[in-house]
Amino acid sequence: MPAASAIVDGLRRVGGGTRRAIARMGFAARFAFAVLMHSPEGLKRIRLTLREIYFSGVLSLVIILVSGLFVGMVLALQGYDVLQRYGASESLGVLVSLSLVRELGPVVAGLLFASRAGSAITAEIGLMKATEQLSAMEMMAVDPLARVVAPRFWGGVISMPLLAALFSTLGIYGAYLVGVRLIGIDAGAFWGNMQSVVDFRRDIVNGIIKSGVFGLIVSLIAVFEGYDAAPTAEGVSGATTRTVVGSSLAILAADFVLTVFMFRGVGVV
Amino acid sequence: MPPTPPSRPATSFDRRRTTAIELDGVTFGYDRTRNVLSGITMTIPRGQVVAIMGGSGCGKTTILRLIGGQLRPRAGRIMVAGQSVPDLDRDGLYALRREVGMLFQFGALFTDLSVFENVAFPLREHTDLSEDMISDLVLMKLNGVGLRGAAQVMPSALSGGMARRVALARAIALDPMLVMYDEPFAGLDPISLGIVGQLIRKLNDALGVTSVVVTHDVYESLKIVDYLYFVSEGRIVAQGTPEEVRASTDPFVRQFVDGQADGPVPFHVAAAPLEASFGVHAGR
Repeated sequence: MPAASAIVDGLRRVGGGTRRAIARMGFAARFAFAVLMHSPEGLKRIRLTLREIYFSGVLSLVIILVSGLFVGMVLALQGYDVLQRYGASESLGVLVSLSLVRELGPVVAGLLFASRAGSAITAEIGLMKATEQLSAMEMMAVDPLARVVAPRFWGGVISMPLLAALFSTLGIYGAYLVGVRLIGIDAGAFWGNMQSVVDFRRDIVNGIIKSGVFGLIVSLIAVFEGYDAAPTAEGVSGATTRTVVGSSLAILAADFVLTVFMFRGVGVV
Repeated sequence: MPPTPPSRPATSFDRRRTTAIELDGVTFGYDRTRNVLSGITMTIPRGQVVAIMGGSGCGKTTILRLIGGQLRPRAGRIMVAGQSVPDLDRDGLYALRREVGMLFQFGALFTDLSVFENVAFPLREHTDLSEDMISDLVLMKLNGVGLRGAAQVMPSALSGGMARRVALARAIALDPMLVMYDEPFAGLDPISLGIVGQLIRKLNDALGVTSVVVTHDVYESLKIVDYLYFVSEGRIVAQGTPEEVRASTDPFVRQFVDGQADGPVPFHVAAAPLEASFGVHAGR
């Protein structure tokens, strides 16, 4: 019965794939727990964590700052086009700042961070595994989770909220350049409305929380994929791709969930 | 009242035992369906250089990983300096590894650290020595492998042979009782090959360590080792001193030593009959 056999084979493949996916998620959860347990030991080597903040944070500054500036400028142009139809062009500062601080800052900075720093972390750990550097470390009685993984994880977690804050700051400055300097909106209205509407607790703190959560997600996925990569060129390349795709999707999903909880009561949810 | 003896560490290794390593009936497999090693039994005396030889994929490196506690056997006993390796907890394993140096196939140097920092790595991680003392020790070890002049070079600028020598200096940084070499001769030019071979022998004798060399380079090994084990398909198929190996009439040893394409290790991997593969049938 070839048809029945094909169905059984298909079901077997689906079952096998599901079982492997669940096993990998379980492994990832155990890995995350192990990273947290090794973190105090890793953070004792503070110079290593500072070095990772430099590689993940400082070296991501160019792409974050330039992107933030252009996103802010485009947002100002588009926002002004809509607002001026309703005679509300003085609210441009409010529109841009709320969009950036609440959503675009954490989300776009997170996506850029995943592409720039997350992929680099995965590739570096994956190549260290492929070239037996992690095994060599283990054989020298040094735990790679404490020496290699934990500093990279915390370097990413610390860098991400700072990068998101800089993204939003440059975005608002870009909007100022376009809205006030180029289009000619009153500077007092631009900054004054922004100051009176943007709430520190509800908008800025929530934005920082979001970017912190995205930093945790991207850093964890990046170190896990690198550590779990097959020790071949193909394995490292696949792991790098999975980091970028997985982190991006996870950021978007987490953003929706966080937004639902954070902005309940603002009239939408 | 007699003085209280100083407390001993939880795991202690007897460096003076006459037997450094003992494997007894060790069986191991990466999955349940196939054993990579079956009933491996070997004794490695202290102070000797012992080679484990065999073709690619026969399980040689797996033996090193079992000795170092990176893998656990399915059955059998592994003793290193009087301690059962599979029974050691994490702290015990790390205590063992501080007594063991390992040279990986391509050196496994840390690419983000200079040659100096690579050799200093185990000293910085496991000792509280002053910077001056670390510097002296590192330069001594590098001098021993002839690379004191390359201390500030990055690993990417080293040749394969030099990288292997730096890795050797790193492996002996903590003055281990045992050094394991995983394919130390792979991919080296004849000069580097001779240098690495001589270093293994000289360092073994000068430092009083025990050396286990996993390799398939039969000529270089016969020059420097005290004893050889031949492994094929996860089993020890022959063993002896270099003289015994040279004089051996064992078909496997002869095939390996003489580099014959066909013999106990067949030239063709297992396959369907030729007629079936080419679609030729009797009578046609």
